Amino acid sequence: MKVIVDQDKCVASGQCVTAAMDVFDQRDEDGIVVLLTENPPESLAADVHQAAAVCPALAIVVED
Amino acid sequence: MARAAGCPFDPPPKLRELQEEAPLTKVEVFGQTAWMVTRYDDQRRLIGDPRVSSDVYKPGYPAGNRILPRQDDDTGIGFILMDDPEHARMRRMVTAPFMIKRVEAMRPQVQQIVDDLIDELLAGPKPVDLVQAFALPIPSLVICQLLGVPYEDHDFFQKNSSILLRTSASIEERTKARGNIGGYLHELMGDKLENPKDDLLSGLAERVKAGELSRKDAAGIGVLLLIAGHETTANMIALGTLALLEHPDQLAKLRDTDDPKLISSAVEELLRYLTITHQGRRRAILADIEFDGQILKAGEGLIFPNDIANRDPEMFEDPDALDITRDARRHIAFGFGVHQCLGQPLARMELQVVYGTLYRRIPTLRRAVELDEIPFKHDGGVYGVYNLPVTW
Repeated sequence: MKVIVDQDKCVASGQCVTAAMDVFDQRDEDGIVVLLTENPPESLAADVHQAAAVCPALAIVVED
Repeated sequence: MARAAGCPFDPPPKLRELQEEAPLTKVEVFGQTAWMVTRYDDQRRLIGDPRVSSDVYKPGYPAGNRILPRQDDDTGIGFILMDDPEHARMRRMVTAPFMIKRVEAMRPQVQQIVDDLIDELLAGPKPVDLVQAFALPIPSLVICQLLGVPYEDHDFFQKNSSILLRTSASIEERTKARGNIGGYLHELMGDKLENPKDDLLSGLAERVKAGELSRKDAAGIGVLLLIAGHETTANMIALGTLALLEHPDQLAKLRDTDDPKLISSAVEELLRYLTITHQGRRRAILADIEFDGQILKAGEGLIFPNDIANRDPEMFEDPDALDITRDARRHIAFGFGVHQCLGQPLARMELQVVYGTLYRRIPTLRRAVELDEIPFKHDGGVYGVYNLPVTW
């Protein structure tokens, strides 16, 4: 599984952090997404897909 | 559109009909025609499309004569009615305080506010109006602290924002209310420029000093956040409580748990089930969009009633049932796309604290009047109840 985030699209909703806090974080100055790991373990697949689905800006792409 | 008699928590039946029979259809509304989009998937696909605009002054924006005239006064319109890139530039100036970790850091303060208000309720007379005594003060206190607005002025801005959001108020009344709040924020911004403190408005004042933002736009953002910050959450607290009182099995599950996961799940489900932003999101089409075999033309309007999208059976099984154990996290009660509610992490946290505390501390909470005596905000820009007499 590979995760790609687009910081330009991101609107800092933080819902990816709520869905998968081991994979996503927010940068301190404006809350824009920070990817903690590009290749999260399979055990987090459901959470990562949830994060991508709730991102209002469609800024997260997951390649299985 | 009207809700069915006796079903105050359900979207208007006409919307259900459209969703089943004509999910993308032209309707007459506000004296103009606009596309009504009623399915969950379609709403998500279209509202995020860069060819749609949130600018109310663009041709086709469905608002008819409900648009307030452009105000050349003390405040900008706020980024809610702007498009990118200007929208993104301004929005990013205020996203930091709504980060998940910063909102979590506020949780103990919010818990304290909720506990204190419940202490006051328990010590005071009953029945009591839950809206005035509990639902409004919580988000109002929280947003005042966050923005740096003196809470003593809450009567003033609560009254004006309530007029501004009421669809039955005249355009003159609403313009005046908008002007009142605008003038207030413009003054306050002056104070923040001179005596900055550790709050969001002072942060904006810094931007003004640095030449990144005009004082007018800073005040406009302040108006937006102040209004959005208390009306919405207050309505979710009161209407959510009423919905739970009408579903005692669900209320019991929530009252008897201290599992933060179930409490959070209940918040998501109540957001989905009630979708208090019942007027629907609206947009103007900037360039032709081919969508499922139809052409949505530039200059036409779009309406997204998110309440019916959140009851779409294709997305949520048995959508009209309130079930706090279901996974409702993909609801779009906060909207979708780049304009999605900025304050949603804060609203979610406040509701988790409220729903996780109120019914546990007052387990015998109940309505003090009949359901049909409760005035619902059918004319509100945000749905809810005007008052909710309760006892225990």
